[in-house]
Amino acid sequence: MQYIAPTTSAAAVAALAACNGDARLLAGGTDILVRLQADLVEPDLLVDIKHIVACQHITEDASGFIIGAAVPSAQLGEHARLSQVWPGIVEGMGLVGSTQVQGRATLTGNLCNASPAADGVPAMVAAGATACVVGPNGTRQLAVEDIPTGPGQISLANNEMIESFSLPPRPPRSSDAYIRFIPRTEMDIAVVGAAVNLTLDETGTCIAACVVLGAVGPTFITVNAAAEALIGSQVDEAALQAVQNACSTAATPISDKRGTAEFRKHTAGVIARRAAIVAHSRALA
Amino acid sequence: MSHSHVSTTINGQAVQYACPTDASLLEVLRDQLGMTGTKEGCGSGDCGACSVSLDGRLVCSCLVLGVEAQGRTVDTIEGMADKNKLHTLQTKFLEHAALQCGICTPGVLVAARSLLEKNPDPTEQEVRYWLAGNLCRCTGYDKIIRAVLEAAKAMREEQA
Ligand SMILES: Cc1cc2nc3c(=O)[nH]c(=O)nc-3n(C[C@H](O)[C@H](O)[C@H](O)COP(=O)(O)OP(=O)(O)OC[C@H]3O[C@@H](n4cnc5c(N)ncnc54)[C@H](O)[C@@H]3O)c2cc1C
Ligand code: FES
Ligand code: FES
Repeated sequence: MQYIAPTTSAAAVAALAACNGDARLLAGGTDILVRLQADLVEPDLLVDIKHIVACQHITEDASGFIIGAAVPSAQLGEHARLSQVWPGIVEGMGLVGSTQVQGRATLTGNLCNASPAADGVPAMVAAGATACVVGPNGTRQLAVEDIPTGPGQISLANNEMIESFSLPPRPPRSSDAYIRFIPRTEMDIAVVGAAVNLTLDETGTCIAACVVLGAVGPTFITVNAAAEALIGSQVDEAALQAVQNACSTAATPISDKRGTAEFRKHTAGVIARRAAIVAHSRALA
Repeated sequence: MSHSHVSTTINGQAVQYACPTDASLLEVLRDQLGMTGTKEGCGSGDCGACSVSLDGRLVCSCLVLGVEAQGRTVDTIEGMADKNKLHTLQTKFLEHAALQCGICTPGVLVAARSLLEKNPDPTEQEVRYWLAGNLCRCTGYDKIIRAVLEAAKAMREEQA
């Protein structure tokens, strides 16, 4: 295996294209190095993105935040403004593994590893995040929701890489939340996850919302009926009950050792309701 | 398997090594550099026995490639005591019997040092969450948590 650490995305993409064998991108390595050590993958070339300047930073301008593809979870949590404006995104990645894992794990790897239970993904989808994707023919913008296509499957070509993510501008009285259900308090994989992103007007009426479930289908599930229940409401009990019902209905979990399908459908509703309550109270704060 | 030449800084000292590109930093530390203080429990990021700081960030060295240390700074358990003078964390671990077999201890100490650098006055809950990725099959954790809280207190008093 060859290892390279280019300093530009163009050089990284050129190296991917030039490799005849199996070339892989390395962000924090908390998925791919586990697979490498277990001999589940044997790449010919590993392209480390952490030395690419455009991948390293979190920036904010009038059009919103840009998060570099190599930014680890710990760096998200240390960014006071991002944590204030997009707490749900930060808390999703803040649930990934341990302190040690969070020192390395990125949103990019979480998304591209494409686990159905990825904790970073629902809040990114609920936020309407887009990825800046660099390929041999230049750069394209791709909605995060269009990237995972199934367990372990993404829509990027082998010679493309994510350079950064853009989060849209934030209207006043907006916030988000991500909550997962696990049987323990730490270091476990989500049985159910739910992200809610919403915006209120001056009177407290919800004017925009997105509700996204994780771990209860082959990829995340966007529950439009739950968003519709929130929009136009004061996020009162009737709306929350409708969110819960819609999410329980929309969830398509399997039964496994971590819970029966019936239990996970019920829990999806409960967790989504709680995420809506948290996002709402944050938007009012 | 191709080898790469790496120049890095470990515990403040410039170090050079050549390693297979697929070797983990943990393997390089233990097998090539003879720095066996850093332990391997699982090799998959689950146990924290291999904890080191990489550019000041706590990581599992089993999930870092040796080649990734190029141009970076690595801090291991070997750099914790000042020659024969133990670090306050180490002293408190002894006082509180916060170890039995000792396999998890270097990782716990490195992780705890990284917490106290960021947060000199953590709550018990903050210590428990910070160390949630450091598994210990012997102590039942309580003594570890108490030792870290006591060390934090002693270090704050030393500073004051
Ligand atoms: C002990 C442990 C606990 C964990 N717990 C959780 C958990 O609770 N929740 C959770 O969701 N996950 C968990 N994970 C999985 C993992 O930590 C996350 O999925 C993490 O976000 C992966 O990010 P990374 O940067 O480490 O990815 P990497 O391992 O670097 O990469 C993952 C995938 O993304 C691809 N990739 C990397 N960079 C790019 C790029 N720029 N463009 C396109 N593709 C790219 C890689 O080729 C690879 O296929 C855990 C892992 C461990 C070891
Ligand atoms: S050996 Fe690295 S986490 Fe267990
Ligand atoms: S002291 Fe034995 S594993 Fe912690």
